[in-house]
Amino acid sequence: MSPLEPVHRALGLTDAEYEEILGVLGREPNLLELSLYGVMWSEHCSYKSSRIHLKRLPTTGPHVLVGPGENAGVIDAGDNIAVAIRIESHNHPSAIEPYQGAATGVGGILRDIFTMGARPLAVMDPLFFGDPEDARQQWLLNGVVSGISGYGNSVGVPTVGGELTFDRCYQSNPLVNVLCVGALPKERLVLGIASGPGNLAVLLGSATGRDGIGGVSVLASAGFEGADGAESLDDAKRPSVQVGDPYEEKRLIEACLALLDEGLVVGIQDLGGAGLACATSETAARGHVGMDVDVNAIPRREPGMEPWEVMTSESQERMLAIITPENLAQVEALCKRWEVRATVIGHVMEPDRDAEGEPIGRLRIRDGFDGPILADVPASSLADDAPLYDRPMARPAQLDALHADDPTNDAASVDVAAAITQLVVGARAVFSQYDHQLFLNTVVGPGADAALLRLAGPGLPASERGMALSTDSNPRWCALDPRAGTAATVAEGVANVATVGATAKAVVNCLNFGNPEHPEVMWQLSEAVDGMGEACVALGLPVIGGNVSLYNESGGTDIDPTPVIGTLGLVDTVVAVPPSLAWGDDQAIVLLGTRNEDGAVPHHLGGSRLSVDVMGRRGGQLFSVDYEDLAKTCGLVAGLVSDAAAGKPSLLNSVHDVGSGGIAVALAESAAASGVGARVENLESVAELFTERPGRFLVTTTKLDVLFLAAKEAGVAAEVIGRTGGDTLVIEGHAEISVEVLRNRRDNAVAELLDA
Amino acid sequence: MSATIGVIVYPGTNCEHDAVLALESLGATAQLVFHDQSSLSGLDGLVIAGGFAHGDYLRPGAIARFSPVMAAIEDFARSGGPVVGICNGFQVLCESGLLPGALQKNKGLRFLCEDATLRVASTSSVLTAQATLDQELVVPINHFSGCYTCDIDTLRQLREEDRIVLRYVDNPNGSVDDIAGIANETGNVVGLMPHPERAYRDLLGSSDGVVLLGSLIAAATTRV
Repeated sequence: MSPLEPVHRALGLTDAEYEEILGVLGREPNLLELSLYGVMWSEHCSYKSSRIHLKRLPTTGPHVLVGPGENAGVIDAGDNIAVAIRIESHNHPSAIEPYQGAATGVGGILRDIFTMGARPLAVMDPLFFGDPEDARQQWLLNGVVSGISGYGNSVGVPTVGGELTFDRCYQSNPLVNVLCVGALPKERLVLGIASGPGNLAVLLGSATGRDGIGGVSVLASAGFEGADGAESLDDAKRPSVQVGDPYEEKRLIEACLALLDEGLVVGIQDLGGAGLACATSETAARGHVGMDVDVNAIPRREPGMEPWEVMTSESQERMLAIITPENLAQVEALCKRWEVRATVIGHVMEPDRDAEGEPIGRLRIRDGFDGPILADVPASSLADDAPLYDRPMARPAQLDALHADDPTNDAASVDVAAAITQLVVGARAVFSQYDHQLFLNTVVGPGADAALLRLAGPGLPASERGMALSTDSNPRWCALDPRAGTAATVAEGVANVATVGATAKAVVNCLNFGNPEHPEVMWQLSEAVDGMGEACVALGLPVIGGNVSLYNESGGTDIDPTPVIGTLGLVDTVVAVPPSLAWGDDQAIVLLGTRNEDGAVPHHLGGSRLSVDVMGRRGGQLFSVDYEDLAKTCGLVAGLVSDAAAGKPSLLNSVHDVGSGGIAVALAESAAASGVGARVENLESVAELFTERPGRFLVTTTKLDVLFLAAKEAGVAAEVIGRTGGDTLVIEGHAEISVEVLRNRRDNAVAELLDA
Repeated sequence: MSATIGVIVYPGTNCEHDAVLALESLGATAQLVFHDQSSLSGLDGLVIAGGFAHGDYLRPGAIARFSPVMAAIEDFARSGGPVVGICNGFQVLCESGLLPGALQKNKGLRFLCEDATLRVASTSSVLTAQATLDQELVVPINHFSGCYTCDIDTLRQLREEDRIVLRYVDNPNGSVDDIAGIANETGNVVGLMPHPERAYRDLLGSSDGVVLLGSLIAAATTRV
């Protein structure tokens, strides 16, 4: 038995993985080398459990400039502008230390975007907590929101939307995801590649400290021990959470974009999970070159740090730039202007050759550039050769019983007015804490179905285009049927961006799942990937990036599958504010989209908010979506709204997607937003009021005949279901609620949680 | 010839590009002025833009006042040049003593980004000269430390000398006397917490900031 065996386990490596390292090196690794493998072969960095499934996703399209695998996905948005987008999770850090966990989540994703040469222009934050009445959940919510606000506002990137979900499955494992988009002049696109032996590796930004050591392995790639509350045992993990400095990041953004504008870098890579170990090995592996790193050259925050600590620290606000030696003086001068530290820490080296003459770049960590070699491993063995697992999968045994317990037929006795009032919860108290307007791009901000931004920013070519963003998820749907639920989540994103006039162009995904060593979780993951793939193929959407967060479990209980889909859409011309979800007085309310599902049951309630949050029933059957029909309906809506955004006369006075909470909650949200009531007729059942099948829209119009004609031409079903007016929302045969009550509930419910 | 307005940039400033965009769309020439510059020659007006100068870890504006550009701003102001500090710029002007009082944390102890309705309280300043008294303007606020405070004598003086230029209609942050913006004795230095550049065109929800930025541009134009 090797004397190092206990150490590899402490670093998160299995015995089999240790054997594989022995095979790669042909000898026993030393502690530093083992530490490099420990972080780089972690689930978080290597996707070792999910890669085998992710390969099945469609990732290409004529407008895709960069697909998955790079720091961010990039599409060609026209007008010589490229848009970069990425989504990530910072779940476990936020569970342990909500402010810093969320703050550094924002910081990390911004670096992924400006690494590509793009200026970060907007952030969105889907957040998931447990029981909202629970004091610890309120503490987490406050901490996370403050962290996003404190970091995002200071660093100067607007937060334009997100989601807020409460469900008991997150009680001990909250989810904090963050999506960022940036834009760049197309020709500035850069990749994280080291090339040109003799070039220099320059570390930019913060000094390296002991914060965040083992973040990817100890924290992100293992579940929590504690049951409810996750305290005691998991408190010991707090030192693995990084601490953020938005001011450092702001200067780093400006310095890096200036370096790229001046053409001073060959390649650039952010330091995130696994720190320098990751940045040096990934850039070298991508460029098929070697890299010598002088561990003593790396600026440190404290004395006495061991080489393995320096190489695996996740200290924030750092970038690794590869530059030619001739440019060093200019790089140093430019960094000095932005008060950003720049230190040469490594040299790009000629690769070795294997027996077939293929290049093998070696990552060598040295004590002084000419000093003794402390670690010597093939860079690609860290970056690309992590084990690939095809973990066992099993359909959860309880699914059949869950499907059989269908609430659809029991809904008739629900108090509809009470249910609507319970479910119409707005998040203004959260998003008013976020700067959502910086860069003067925000045409439709948080609180709508999707955000709409001008596609503009410092240094970009002039354009009147707009981009739309939505993040969507639905753990209730996905718990019942991860495949159909994930597919419907993609559909929901497409529908959401349509409400601001956009055609969806690409999606990114953040797959938040439980412990992959549980066969049921792997089955959920596999099904979700296939569902996403099916919907994306049906709707012609490439998946251009993603992130997988596993081990979201506590005390052995996994969260419900929570794939979050980020949808990026484009609008040709944005010169006027398009119609919102707010009604005017005396307008016809029209339901666009097919009213009933095919089959014997026209409206399924399984997985709906009515079933889960009101009736307390998690079982049942999910609705089915006709993707061809949905695409037609979204196309019609996007076209009508984009007319308005282009400044042309529009047939629509308002538009709102029917999603979570169904038609009933959509009506209530429009009433609350406008302060205008309505009389709604012809809705046959409680199930029709609350079913959540995407692909339906509520619009209001004063030009009914022309709208019906347009719908008919597009092959989209349209039906008048009511008329706006008065100060009460009347749903005939079901409910009467004063608009004032709806408005108070919408505005105050979350504010009260924050103040509790 | 159009007026040239300098927009001051400290490390950590983040609204400088927005100020340039709004000013240029209203006909001015705008140029970024870095905090280490000690000359402001060629400029007809100044905007100290919003953000978090030098990180604002100590107190908003507390470090920025020691920047090399600050002495030049003081000279420019003393010579009658129009200077408008927006948000963090207002905090910098108070810290540097060009305006009295201080900005404290909002009464709710939360960051606030939302529309505010302002009422024009004085038109004898470079920011409000083209507005009408009591005119209501919808302009976004975006701050954590926007609660204006001063001693009672200063408040009396501000009132008597007609130096309170903008008030909140529905006070969002606890500012004394609903103050959203004030001017110096001569009306050429103005600080305000709301962001007029965020209300420079209807596409952003309001164009009520135009009359404010237009006043500044007009004042700067007289110095061309």
